[in-house]
Amino acid sequence: MKSLTIISGKGGTGKTSIVASFASLFDNIVLADADVDAADLHLVIPYETKKTVEFFAGHKAIINEEICTNCGDCLERCQYEAISSNFTIDPVACEGCGVCVHFCPSNAIDFPERKCGEWFVSDTSFGPMVHAKLGIAEENSGLLVSTVRKEAKEIAEKENRDLVLTDGPPGIGCPVIASITGSTAVLIITEPTLSGMHDLKRVAELASFLKVPGMICVNKFDLNPDMTEKIIEASKQYKLTDVGKIPYDPSVIQAMVEGLSSINYSKGPASLAIEAVWKNVKNFLNNIPKGV
Amino acid sequence: MNIAVASGKGGTGKTTVSVNLAMSLKSPVQLIDCDVEEPNTHIFMKPDITEKKDATRIVPKVNIDACDFCGACGEICEFNAIAVLKNASVLVFPEMCHGCKGCIMVCPKNAISEKNKVFGKIEKGIAWNVECVHGTLNVGEAMSPPLIEKVQKEIKNDLITIIDAPPGTSCPMITTVRRADYIILVTEPTPFGLNDLILAVETVKTLDKPFGILINRSDIGDNKVQEYALKMNIPILMEIPYDREIAVAYSKGNLMIDVVPELKIKFQKMYKQISEKGAK
Repeated sequence: MKSLTIISGKGGTGKTSIVASFASLFDNIVLADADVDAADLHLVIPYETKKTVEFFAGHKAIINEEICTNCGDCLERCQYEAISSNFTIDPVACEGCGVCVHFCPSNAIDFPERKCGEWFVSDTSFGPMVHAKLGIAEENSGLLVSTVRKEAKEIAEKENRDLVLTDGPPGIGCPVIASITGSTAVLIITEPTLSGMHDLKRVAELASFLKVPGMICVNKFDLNPDMTEKIIEASKQYKLTDVGKIPYDPSVIQAMVEGLSSINYSKGPASLAIEAVWKNVKNFLNNIPKGV
Repeated sequence: MNIAVASGKGGTGKTTVSVNLAMSLKSPVQLIDCDVEEPNTHIFMKPDITEKKDATRIVPKVNIDACDFCGACGEICEFNAIAVLKNASVLVFPEMCHGCKGCIMVCPKNAISEKNKVFGKIEKGIAWNVECVHGTLNVGEAMSPPLIEKVQKEIKNDLITIIDAPPGTSCPMITTVRRADYIILVTEPTPFGLNDLILAVETVKTLDKPFGILINRSDIGDNKVQEYALKMNIPILMEIPYDREIAVAYSKGNLMIDVVPELKIKFQKMYKQISEKGAK
């Protein structure tokens, strides 16, 4: 069983649209949406939820005002300015470190588990899909990503599936690290802009730091063909394999509006290009270079 | 007044709006880039860097000679960043450490002290009349919020401050917007744009901040974002139609107000609307 994670560094380069199209091209897969704080894959893949699980991670500190003596010990210890001078704790600022709980001389601080969101297993016509919803203003998105990936992997092993296809989040921080650690490979989707180039370099560095082999695909390449060439040239220093370019095509947005992947909506230029990219990706996965 | 420019979905145009808004205003402006995982404002502003400093965070340093391997540090740590191996050694995992100092406080032998770890940098500069600040997280570092906090310390209260936020609706975004006076949520009129806008609106509401919506590429997709804004009584501050020339200018690191000069007046009007009605 292999795992492929689609990332981008910069947001809005087309990760989810491409994952949705790949879903109908690959056979025998499990889908995972690792962009847990802005999950969109379910909007273009018709699904039916079979299982919903509450996700608990970490704790939050709550001062019991009836016991609190206003001694101020917690105020001095908190590194996150989460405790106000009237001894209430801002749940958004609280990191859940438990230092105030441990040292409170009156044992006046509760430390319940924190419900950070939910995750789901759904049926789709392409195979099972594991997705999640981080609670509003909640933390621990990295742990939720790890949970989604672990569940997807277990399903793939149990059902003898060939590939876990993961839609990753933007950026290079904790949810991205959690999305790509241990993946067979990553596919970086970028766009031919200076921002795309800048962000690509950082996320490619991260993939190489985590020793995950990478591929690159420039989306909307015709917006700036010179920049596309520069990006492909720059990607060589990170040993990324170029798997092709996708042109700007308004039908990609139309497909999204209809709740479908590009491939299932039209045979326009973007869909044809995505199919060509997919063939290269498949080939890459079947011949993973060693010692990247 | 400080205005954060945020969005649930990535790539909707936060950075574009931030830089073009900053460059449209006549008063002294500060532009703060809090998207420390992928900072991009400097690509458009090209500031002359006047100051560059390392950003550090606190991690524990163990004096093994003083340690009696009692294990208290490992017990208090909620983040598995420190672990005691029986009568042998203490392992510290700096990448897991949240800097709560619990291990330092709890150690009965005072064997743990603070150590500064460089995890990013902050650069400051001037471009035209805009004071620019941006933070850059080191690749491989997991946690951006502590760096975002440090970047925000550079905010000057006597200027108009535009803050470019990271995408999403979790800790990095919340850390960025929670001290803003007003939040502009940038979106696009597509199902992804709407879905992530709703999440961002729900998040911003928990913070009890005034906010409005800016619809970028307003003529692609459908009109469900407009309908949602109307239904929820959220002001639509500005709409910017899709224009290939703007997209091409963006790709080269150029400003949209140089391609479509009328937009400059629209940005000024938006600022006026925000400063009059927005701030509480």
